[in-house]
Amino acid sequence: MVVDSASKPAQDLSPKSSVRTAAPSVPEMRPSMVAALMAAPTVFEVENLDVFYGAYKAVRGVNMTIRKNQITAFIGPSGCGKTTVLRCLNRMNDLIPGARIEGDVRYHGVDLYAPDVSATEVRRRIGMVFQKPNPFPKSIYDNVAYGPKINGIRDRAKLDEIVERSLRGAALWDEVKDRLKSSALGLSGGQQQRLCIARTIAVEPEVVLMDEPCSALDPIATARVEELMRELKQKYTIVIVTHNMQQAARTSDCTAFYTAELDKAGQRFGQLVEFDVTAKIFSNPRDTRTENYITGRFG
Amino acid sequence: MTLGTDLAHSLELRQKPSWRRAKNTLMSVLLGSAVVVVAIPLVLIMYSVFAKGGAILFKSFPAFLTHDIPPTRAAGPGMGPAIVGTLLITGMATLIAVPLGVLGAIYLNEYGVKSKFAQAVRFLALVMTGVPSVVMGLFVYVVWTLHHSITPPHELTGFQGFGGSLALACLMLPIVINATEQMLKLVPDGLREASYALGATKTRTVLTVVLPAAGSGIVSGALLAVARAAGETAPLLFTIGATRVINTSLFHGDSTALSARIFENAKEAVANAQERGWGAALALVLLTFTLTVIARVTTAFATRIK
Amino acid sequence: MATQPDLRGKGQPADKTFGGLAIGAAALVLLILALIAITMTSRALPVLRHMGLGFFTSSTWSEHDNNFGALPFIWGTVYTAFIAIVLAVPVSLGVALFITQVAPPKLKRPLVYLIDLLAVVPSVVFGLWGVLMLAPHLNRSFLTAGIILAIMIVPIITSLAREVIETTAQADKEAAYALGATRWEMIGAAVLPHSKAGIVGAVMLGLGRAMGETIAAALVIGSSAQIALSPFKSGDSMPAVIANQWGEASELQKSALIALALTLFVMTIIVNLIASRIVQRSLKKTRGA
Repeated sequence: MVVDSASKPAQDLSPKSSVRTAAPSVPEMRPSMVAALMAAPTVFEVENLDVFYGAYKAVRGVNMTIRKNQITAFIGPSGCGKTTVLRCLNRMNDLIPGARIEGDVRYHGVDLYAPDVSATEVRRRIGMVFQKPNPFPKSIYDNVAYGPKINGIRDRAKLDEIVERSLRGAALWDEVKDRLKSSALGLSGGQQQRLCIARTIAVEPEVVLMDEPCSALDPIATARVEELMRELKQKYTIVIVTHNMQQAARTSDCTAFYTAELDKAGQRFGQLVEFDVTAKIFSNPRDTRTENYITGRFG
Repeated sequence: MTLGTDLAHSLELRQKPSWRRAKNTLMSVLLGSAVVVVAIPLVLIMYSVFAKGGAILFKSFPAFLTHDIPPTRAAGPGMGPAIVGTLLITGMATLIAVPLGVLGAIYLNEYGVKSKFAQAVRFLALVMTGVPSVVMGLFVYVVWTLHHSITPPHELTGFQGFGGSLALACLMLPIVINATEQMLKLVPDGLREASYALGATKTRTVLTVVLPAAGSGIVSGALLAVARAAGETAPLLFTIGATRVINTSLFHGDSTALSARIFENAKEAVANAQERGWGAALALVLLTFTLTVIARVTTAFATRIK
Repeated sequence: MATQPDLRGKGQPADKTFGGLAIGAAALVLLILALIAITMTSRALPVLRHMGLGFFTSSTWSEHDNNFGALPFIWGTVYTAFIAIVLAVPVSLGVALFITQVAPPKLKRPLVYLIDLLAVVPSVVFGLWGVLMLAPHLNRSFLTAGIILAIMIVPIITSLAREVIETTAQADKEAAYALGATRWEMIGAAVLPHSKAGIVGAVMLGLGRAMGETIAAALVIGSSAQIALSPFKSGDSMPAVIANQWGEASELQKSALIALALTLFVMTIIVNLIASRIVQRSLKKTRGA
């Protein structure tokens, strides 16, 4: 690896010449660990994805592979398509009038945008947690039970069990077990977000997409959610959009770095710059733009 | 009060020309007197209604509420048929207008939103709120009451309580649509997204998440529409006929209502009939006030929860 | 996973049904309005064919010789509405300004409730009071009807005007005060220019309501088909004459009354449309500020 000493970030395994301040630290990765990551089964394959809002091509040429039981982070400055691509993975962009895609998004080999694919079926398997916690104005119990009820589970005992399991899985059970019938809106912000996570995992999806789940939370709540993510990884595949580079470096296995460019017509569009194992992105990125971002030169 | 007022007070240390101050005081007095001018008729009307109406209603309680309506010149209480009529006719109108209005608003806010059709409907609903009630009454007369006297079961005049309900429902529909749409707009999109992300269909999302979230506001708006309908006279004049006995059927035979009776009795020169008119007025005012108060309480209660 | 997941779903018949119901309900509005226009026009045709455009210009209304001229009633409607506006607008504005600018906070809420109370009273009760308590002193006339209508439309104009006035930017008000303005001068400098358009809209909505009001007018207007300039004379208005004459009307007369209703319909719609456009534009403008 020939590296320009002037552009090397701080925590690098190879000899350093200058110390940079901004690049986040990543745990050390041996080649065997990298290989294991790369060998995990594929969940999503994104090929040449373009996303249009009406005639405007907002995101161009995304290619990536997301693997099972890993945390994949989308990082990059604002407005470069991270959330747009995330929402393509569970067809939430369908809700925006005029939104459409070209290219392929395959989930276990099935084209998610095939004409006979039902968006509601997709979303039962691929759940989502949003930036601003959005619990329903119902009781805590009813929030978590909402998903299973959609899937036809009516038996009270079974629902009780699912609610408990999900709340435990979201590390919220102990705090709310005595007030399951009280309104979800009475919880703190961090608790509400964990409730939303519980609600999402109650339907036992395979994938949990997270759109900046901690940006509306205080640091302590954020730390709890990050801890939760590490546990959830064992059962679910997680894709997270985050503005917080340190968070991505701390928690994710693979990272995708996006940026916004201007095309010849002066129109702004988002694109995927680099996608790799997190350790590599933060210690030895291939692209200068990635390096500039992670060392804080811009964005 | 405001920073501006404090500033103004401190600046008043400089002598303003006295005519400016006088003008200001004069204006404040004028504004205050406007309030008094509004209060006077309200007080007078309320006094008449409660005093005169109360006299007959409570003096012969509960006869006033249950007896049939005596002939015009006769003395004695009795507005039973009118009360029953108002409740039944307005109740049926509510059953027609509220579900349809809520559904229409759901279309406008959840389905059509900005489409040309939705814009047209929104605009026309606004137009419809301005249709004079007498036009609605005549309209239902022409399309319903007339036909009813021709087609079986050949009611001779075609008058029936249901015609009144139809007319009132036409008046209520745009009000319910507008009020409900405003409430639906207030439901944050995040809730809809959360529901869709869990794999819910649009129908389920609207019925189990959006409607309950907007619920109290919709109820409040509907109650206000009902209060308005209960007080309407003109739509009933052409459609329900008149009767002096209690008629519990909306479909057979003439009906009457408090508003229609008040109108009739107001035209009479006979004191007894006028007396009953006041009693009916009190009953109607109490009904509409109660509905309005419940509506306001519902709104207040809901906002307190949130 | 060895097998590919089945993502085809069951198709959503429930969704289609519900969506269909919703769009149907919305379409009802169109349907009803269209039906009103069609059926009323067709029923009005007999008299219009009989009288031609003279229907709108003749001032004789006689059932006996089948001579129907709507002019006195159009005049009555316009005149009473005009009187109502002249009486109601200063009062409504005064109350609105009082509530928003002068009243201490504790007084504000009860005052708003007072206005709302007035709005809830059914018009027929106003009519009853008017004919039994007011008319004996004032006689039935344009003026009496105008007074009753004024009392009825004050709440409408007041609450709309209040809404518009409250959107006046605090900064504008303070700027006026900081220059040494008295409260009234501040109102003239900051509040009124800003709220002008919205107030006009509110007034026009009240006008529309006054024109369409049937019952109260029917009871106190005096029911004589004359075009008089003096407010103390009696007259008639379109909704009032429809309500009063319908019961014993001949076929052609009914057609004439329906033609009146149609005329009223068109007039009030035009007024209401202009009004809501003005109000909406002014509210939108100020919310952006």
